[in-house]
Amino acid sequence: MRSRRTGDFSYSLAIGLLAAIGFLILVGPVVIVLLTSFTEGRSIRFPPSGLSTQWYQLLFDATSSRQIHRAALNSLQVAGATMIMATVLGTLASVALARRSGKWARALDTFFMWPMILPMLAFGLAALMYFTFLGLRPSLELIMIGHTIVVIPFVLRTTSASMSQLEPALLESSASLGASWFYTFRRVTLPMIAPGIIAGGFLAFVASLDNVPVSLFLTGPRSDMLPIRMWGMMESTLDVRVAAVSGVLIASVLVLMLVLERLVGLTRRLRD
Amino acid sequence: MSVAAAGVAKTPARGIATLAKPAEWQLALPLALAYAAFFLVPLLLLLAVSAFEDEKITVLGFANWRKFFGDPFYWKVTFDTVKLGFLTVIATTLIGYPIALVYLGSSPRWQRVILFIVILPLLTSVVVRTFAWIVILGREGVINQTVMWLGISPAPLRLLQTEVGLVMALTQIEMPLLLLPLLSVMSRMDPNLRDASAALGASKWRTLFKVTLPLSLPGLIAGCMLVFASSTTAFISQFVIGGNRLVYLPLLIWQQSLVVYNWPLASVAALTLLVSVSLGVVLIATLGRRSKGYVHA
Repeated sequence: MRSRRTGDFSYSLAIGLLAAIGFLILVGPVVIVLLTSFTEGRSIRFPPSGLSTQWYQLLFDATSSRQIHRAALNSLQVAGATMIMATVLGTLASVALARRSGKWARALDTFFMWPMILPMLAFGLAALMYFTFLGLRPSLELIMIGHTIVVIPFVLRTTSASMSQLEPALLESSASLGASWFYTFRRVTLPMIAPGIIAGGFLAFVASLDNVPVSLFLTGPRSDMLPIRMWGMMESTLDVRVAAVSGVLIASVLVLMLVLERLVGLTRRLRD
Repeated sequence: MSVAAAGVAKTPARGIATLAKPAEWQLALPLALAYAAFFLVPLLLLLAVSAFEDEKITVLGFANWRKFFGDPFYWKVTFDTVKLGFLTVIATTLIGYPIALVYLGSSPRWQRVILFIVILPLLTSVVVRTFAWIVILGREGVINQTVMWLGISPAPLRLLQTEVGLVMALTQIEMPLLLLPLLSVMSRMDPNLRDASAALGASKWRTLFKVTLPLSLPGLIAGCMLVFASSTTAFISQFVIGGNRLVYLPLLIWQQSLVVYNWPLASVAALTLLVSVSLGVVLIATLGRRSKGYVHA
């Protein structure tokens, strides 16, 4: 009996300690970036040498941070378009496939999830060569296409989960009451799976905003993207504005997350 | 009477409904076509380009394959990339699984908090997370300040541009990918099974290895596969934290394609990355299935 109690104690100690390290590792960096961005000094250090908002002021200055603003605008544009294309294509496909168990449907489903496992960087290079052979120059539109392909699995995952929770009886009763397929789709299916679609769309937006491996190959002089620009800022001089950009990104995502948590139960949908 | 009338009235409406109804599988066509045109064909092109010898892509031949696999340097880069993937998988599992266990034992309210903590880093840009680790791992970074303050080491440790530092950073960067599938499986697990195990006198360790771990294995495997795939291709993190001293396949692909403009060699490297990542993923899946049999026995 005593050995069991010491065993249970060692269990709580070991698991508790590892989990504590885990939580520290998960949250620590986010907090450190936020605090660093308010530094008074001219270099990136933690803890910051004093608090000020000078780097944010510099970041929001229209002339000295023009390139960052343009990159951010490009990234937002691409993320918006990617979100719309991925959501439409992904929702249609998951309506088609979610409740099918045939061999072809399963195979197609697996195929659609490939970009999640395959190295995105290999796809980025492939896309660059493909578009070049087609005679196309780097542009925001090409980046949108590339991003759409790699973020589709996120939309498929969340909408398929919603589809599989949809009562087939609801669709049948709608049809037996004389509703057309499209009417049923619009008035029953779509409202029921809307939270899944919204969660998927949000993930697609964030994944596109964050994408490096595809943007890396498809950006040109006229289509600079925010993560690539930030990488450049980190490589050359460790510009403290990187911390300020990070602060803005973290704050926006946090706000969006809280709103969507209220609206559609975001975290639960991402888990399921 | 009214029933019959309703029946009659319904028939034509139904007829139209059937006519207007698209066969549902057709709705997958737009995505299938988009994938064929912008995913499958480019990947096949990768294969085609790798079979040319010169940078202008005019002469067919396997010179670049021979060059790549005849050079110990490229073998080492490939090996290091796969090794980095497995080290990251081990580190995330070691630290992530206990988080999942804490999640399992928490009240619904705390479970939501934990889920939020796990998802937040997933949604903060990879570049931001990588940047954070420069602040943490640098010469005057958080870790070195702590180490010096505690007197563990008289001189600052070298963490940037080392494999240890990179694995530490990747552990945080990839952790959400491990935890999401794991927490998904765990939250569907029947709590009675663990209670029964404890009531029958099993210690907590025994319950962990005989009940919880086998039941959560599908989620753990799915998570490990995602972490492996993501960490081996994490170009920015590898390059910014690893520097020029640590060379992995993504850096090689980037250099060959966008700096040297040797697309055939870049294609060979990209295909090597693709194949080795796929093999790693298959290996993880197989190990998972094997150990499942072992744990049950």
